Amino acid sequence: MDGYFDRYAVVAVLLAIGIAVVAGGLFVNRLLRPDRPTPEKLTTYECGVDPVGDGWAQSQVRYYVFAYLYVVFAVDAVFLFPWATVFAAPGFGMTTLVEMFVFLGFIALGILYAWRKRVLAWT
Amino acid sequence: MTEAVPSYLSPTGQEIVFLLLGAMAVGSALLVVTTRQLVHAALWLVVCFGALAGCYLVLTAEFVAWVQVLIYVGAVIVLLLFGIMLTRAPIGRTADLDSGNRAVAAVVAVATAAVLVTVVVDGFRNAYAPLDPGAGSAGELGSAIFRNWVLPFEALSVLLLAALIGAIVISRTDIRGRD
Repeated sequence: MDGYFDRYAVVAVLLAIGIAVVAGGLFVNRLLRPDRPTPEKLTTYECGVDPVGDGWAQSQVRYYVFAYLYVVFAVDAVFLFPWATVFAAPGFGMTTLVEMFVFLGFIALGILYAWRKRVLAWT
Repeated sequence: MTEAVPSYLSPTGQEIVFLLLGAMAVGSALLVVTTRQLVHAALWLVVCFGALAGCYLVLTAEFVAWVQVLIYVGAVIVLLLFGIMLTRAPIGRTADLDSGNRAVAAVVAVATAAVLVTVVVDGFRNAYAPLDPGAGSAGELGSAIFRNWVLPFEALSVLLLAALIGAIVISRTDIRGRD
């Protein structure tokens, strides 16, 4: 029980060090740099030209499929981990192997559909 | 589940952390529904899901906690932000974000919460489960899924397939239905 939380204390310390490095870098930078802001300097950087229009642009619906494909792969990976720990264990065997491949088959069907409908083509 | 119940009056460090994380989850969830900036609502949801992942971690359900981070904090929020960006929703402060059903919605939410809390309190009353690290590991979950919950697992793949095909059909305007 204590071993479990001790291990996560290491994770927390690592996280704290990471935050300290980034925050410390920015803080030291602030101390060292000259700071003379003008309205021109404070405008949003947009490839060197004056920013045009709003900061908000409506994105195309086709990108939604890419975001959703990421969700599919994430869910997929999440189930592969527990499966990988048990499928070779005694009492599981072939059935478990086939079950996972049925799952992957359904998802592959979706990817195949996306590919056939040329969703994955970058044009 | 029926061990000697330790006193609630001297909480351990883990219990205090759990309560703090719970308060964080509830607070950020309230901000999700009360903020006037749509994008901020999605970002507060990140805090809410993150606090929930911390709760799982304190309950020693390691795998569930990291799945929560990967799926909810990662994938679902990306999907949600995309959903917002696809609409013509304004990014800044919007005054008309509150719908007229506010009072009714609050009543429904409080009633739902009351039902859930009553059921949980009534169901578990004085039950006490000691935390054993490892009960929420990938191996334990794997044997639970592939021994008892295979059908929901396979049904999930069909659900993902249906949603993927739906997303493709909606996003491709050149795929026409039969008319």
